[in-house]
Amino acid sequence: MADITGKENIRNFCIIAHIDHGKSTLADRILELTDTVALRDMEDQLLDNMDIERERGITIKARAVRLRYHADDGNDYIFNLIDTPGHVDFNYEVSRSLAACEGAVLIVDASQGIEAQTLANTYLAIEHDLEVLPVVNKIDLPSADPERVCNEIENVIGIPALDAPRISAKAGTNIKEVLERIITDIPAPKGDDSKPLRALIFDSYYDQYKGVIIYVRVMDGCLKAGDVIRLMATDAEFQTVEVGYMGATDLVPIGELHAGEVGYIAASIKYIGDTQVGDTVTLAERPCDEPLPGYKKVNPMVYSGIYPADGAKYPDLRDALDKLVLNDASLSFEPETSAALGFGFRCGFLGLLHMEIIQERLEREYNLDLITTAPSVIYKVNLTDGTTVMIDNPSNYPDPALIASAEEPMVKADIYTPPEFVGSIMELCQDRRGSFKNMEYLDENRVDLHYELPLNEIVYDFFDALKSRTKGYASFDYEMLGYQTSKLVKLDIMLNGDVVDALSFIVHTDKAYARGRKICERLKDNIPRQMFEVPIQAAIGGKIIARETVKAMRKDVLAKCYGGDITRKKKLLEKQKEGKKRMRQLGTVEVPQEAFMSVLKLDED
Amino acid sequence: MTGIYIHVPFCLRKCPYCDFYSRSYSHELAESYVSAAKRSISAYSGMGITADTVYFGGGTPSLLTPGQLSEILDSVSDTVTLCSPEITLEANPSSISSEKLCGWRSAGVNRLSIGFQSADDAQLGFLGRLHDTDRACRAVLDASAAGFDNISCDLMIGLKGQDSGSLDRTIDRMLSLPVSHLSAYMLKIEQGTAFDTDEVRSSVPDDDTVSDMYLQLCGRMSAAGYEHYEISNWAKNGRRSRHNMKYWTLEPYIGIGPAAHSDLGGKRFYCPADITQFIDSKVQKTVQEDDHPDRTREYVMLGLRLSDGITREKLSQLGGKDFADSVFSKAAPLVKNGLMTISGDRAALTEQGFLLSNAVILHLLG
Repeated sequence: MADITGKENIRNFCIIAHIDHGKSTLADRILELTDTVALRDMEDQLLDNMDIERERGITIKARAVRLRYHADDGNDYIFNLIDTPGHVDFNYEVSRSLAACEGAVLIVDASQGIEAQTLANTYLAIEHDLEVLPVVNKIDLPSADPERVCNEIENVIGIPALDAPRISAKAGTNIKEVLERIITDIPAPKGDDSKPLRALIFDSYYDQYKGVIIYVRVMDGCLKAGDVIRLMATDAEFQTVEVGYMGATDLVPIGELHAGEVGYIAASIKYIGDTQVGDTVTLAERPCDEPLPGYKKVNPMVYSGIYPADGAKYPDLRDALDKLVLNDASLSFEPETSAALGFGFRCGFLGLLHMEIIQERLEREYNLDLITTAPSVIYKVNLTDGTTVMIDNPSNYPDPALIASAEEPMVKADIYTPPEFVGSIMELCQDRRGSFKNMEYLDENRVDLHYELPLNEIVYDFFDALKSRTKGYASFDYEMLGYQTSKLVKLDIMLNGDVVDALSFIVHTDKAYARGRKICERLKDNIPRQMFEVPIQAAIGGKIIARETVKAMRKDVLAKCYGGDITRKKKLLEKQKEGKKRMRQLGTVEVPQEAFMSVLKLDED
Repeated sequence: MTGIYIHVPFCLRKCPYCDFYSRSYSHELAESYVSAAKRSISAYSGMGITADTVYFGGGTPSLLTPGQLSEILDSVSDTVTLCSPEITLEANPSSISSEKLCGWRSAGVNRLSIGFQSADDAQLGFLGRLHDTDRACRAVLDASAAGFDNISCDLMIGLKGQDSGSLDRTIDRMLSLPVSHLSAYMLKIEQGTAFDTDEVRSSVPDDDTVSDMYLQLCGRMSAAGYEHYEISNWAKNGRRSRHNMKYWTLEPYIGIGPAAHSDLGGKRFYCPADITQFIDSKVQKTVQEDDHPDRTREYVMLGLRLSDGITREKLSQLGGKDFADSVFSKAAPLVKNGLMTISGDRAALTEQGFLLSNAVILHLLG
């Protein structure tokens, strides 16, 4: 790629959309049209390069790629496309991508119209002063109604959309129009090459050969290999080994990065902690006066304990988390010990999807078997002595006698749905202790329902329940509202008379009985019969509210064991012993990993 | 002292539940087999081996003629020093006749293990046996009449149609016969056998019922004065199977014949399950199975099959004092659950414990 000098020929943009509206497919088409990826390298959804992303059809991590486009005006342009996650859990990731751009391509599905995350992401873009270019996708679908959707964008979001490109990313229709509109609608970056370097870190990851790779947007100044950079948050200094841009499949080194450009820096940085996403990079020799605004630190909303299924793998789990957090600054963790599960980590997540994805990545990419405890939100407990404690772990829940009052976090939820599902959704929200606020008709086919819900009612499986009640048509987004006084109790689960700390959780009084019963049933189905009978009990304080029994195993015997059977039997014992490693010894009871998992998704039957 | 096991790998008909190695019987095959067995036995000569048991298992060793048995036993006594040996022959009721019984006796056989299985003809049919109840009873009586005073019967628990009542009738019938030893096996459906189908699996009593019947049998046998000395074995008047005891007490044994296993000179090895290769070889080829058997684990695993159990002294000797302590401390809570008994130096499984022996052994060794 020849150098194209001049900021006026650069466009930095991202694509924002509700999940499944076609963001990654459009990115693929753009990559093809700009010949960025040789066809042999082309895989569907190239930007989503984690297996989980491809399988789930979602983008978890922001990715960036530089493209070259020969426009109708005869000029060549450099496009820096920064992919963003669509899910509400990942607003933080969206926000860091947005700060590196001047514009956002907003994709809306031509048949589904605006969805919850369309709005959430668009508002984020507007907050970041981005130029929003609406695009209506999936016009090839029989149910597509681009005119209606364009009107909806104008009416609901309030941005001009009547001339929005109508495209089919899947079929490759009108993609060129999008590229041309990027040039005309999205402004070129500003910035001054002659000023001291100011570059925003918007992503980073660890490469085993090059060390930490930092993705930056250069706001002012220039940077080349050999320059000594300073990371302003920590004042740490490193000598730059390489700078370059992100090709579709590889990093491409170049001589110099200029103001307005998006690129990467490799500086033999060994430790994750040295690079903070949102930090400003400047030059040690000629530092800038003030760092860029950076990002507001995100606070985890959901906590859960993560333990290795095999206790001996604790150091492996720690290493894996250390590495993951380099790619995902929103993940937090600290060591925790459970009487039942031994050494593990208390991890904080942005939401439930985030939690699931982290668990899946730990298991797949780091080959770990995990046991996770029920997700918990952060409760505020006011004690009788006038102090207040924040509780993110049920094990630390104070003695009820010491509690004056308890508060739980609430969210404001927006649910978009076709009207025929309103009844069913209201039932669901009511069951989850939601309070109805109001309901707006966007048009005759779509309703926006507003509810206030306790966060702890949605961290389990609200999204799944919503999808299954609405045949997948409803979409959902939420934001934090603050705390509200609530009647909470800690529910303990006992196996063979002993409390299993890892199974305790905090629950609203009205739900305690049903939840306790269900958990006992689930455990009964998932704990294999043992050498003796195992009572499973749910208790509040000392009071038993539910009980099930795992009957004693009756028969586990090799009836014949003569000369030829001995070696076979020994091998069998070895195998059983391996199998036992996947079991947790809780007091006298052996509990398989599945039993812990089975209590996490109680509404699946 | 060493035990000699001779595997006779042919049958008139393969039983649908059996996974022991066997081929269809023919007179020629039996002849070639006997020659090969004699060659393989002779290969152990000059090693100063002393033996006190010989066991003909199968297959169907009762298909051998008294003459063939004699030939094999002669080569045994030419090869090793035999010390008032217990000589057992497994026999199917359908291949027992007064004539053969006399022949076996004169060949030196002094113990018979008879495949009685059940005293319910429908259950015998389910097992694909060639005999009926009357035939089996007659076989035992004939054997006794021929002078055999050490007769063992095999029974099976967990057969299609079997319940507590029919098991009682089988036990009654068996106890009315001159039987000094019983082996009773809970049916296990082995992979690759004719029984290995969902249909059979769903037609046999479930684990709970089988466990109840096992305990019922335990009660009946104890009342009748039999010692329950191993998970599946009972003996009267001290008539334990001396040969089988060797497997459970880590005594050496030599296996002759295809698929026969040996534990000799500190190593476990076996002869491949291939009758053609066995017959064609000058001396049976063996495959090393375990060069350094872990005798400590074997002691726990096998010793706990016996009512004699395991002793702290022997455990310490084999695995060190810490190991012995760990096993005994893990055993202690199981006494409370009624799965084990500990008296003095000795720990053993109860009859309830026998039923869970795999889990208990795993627990003690884990």
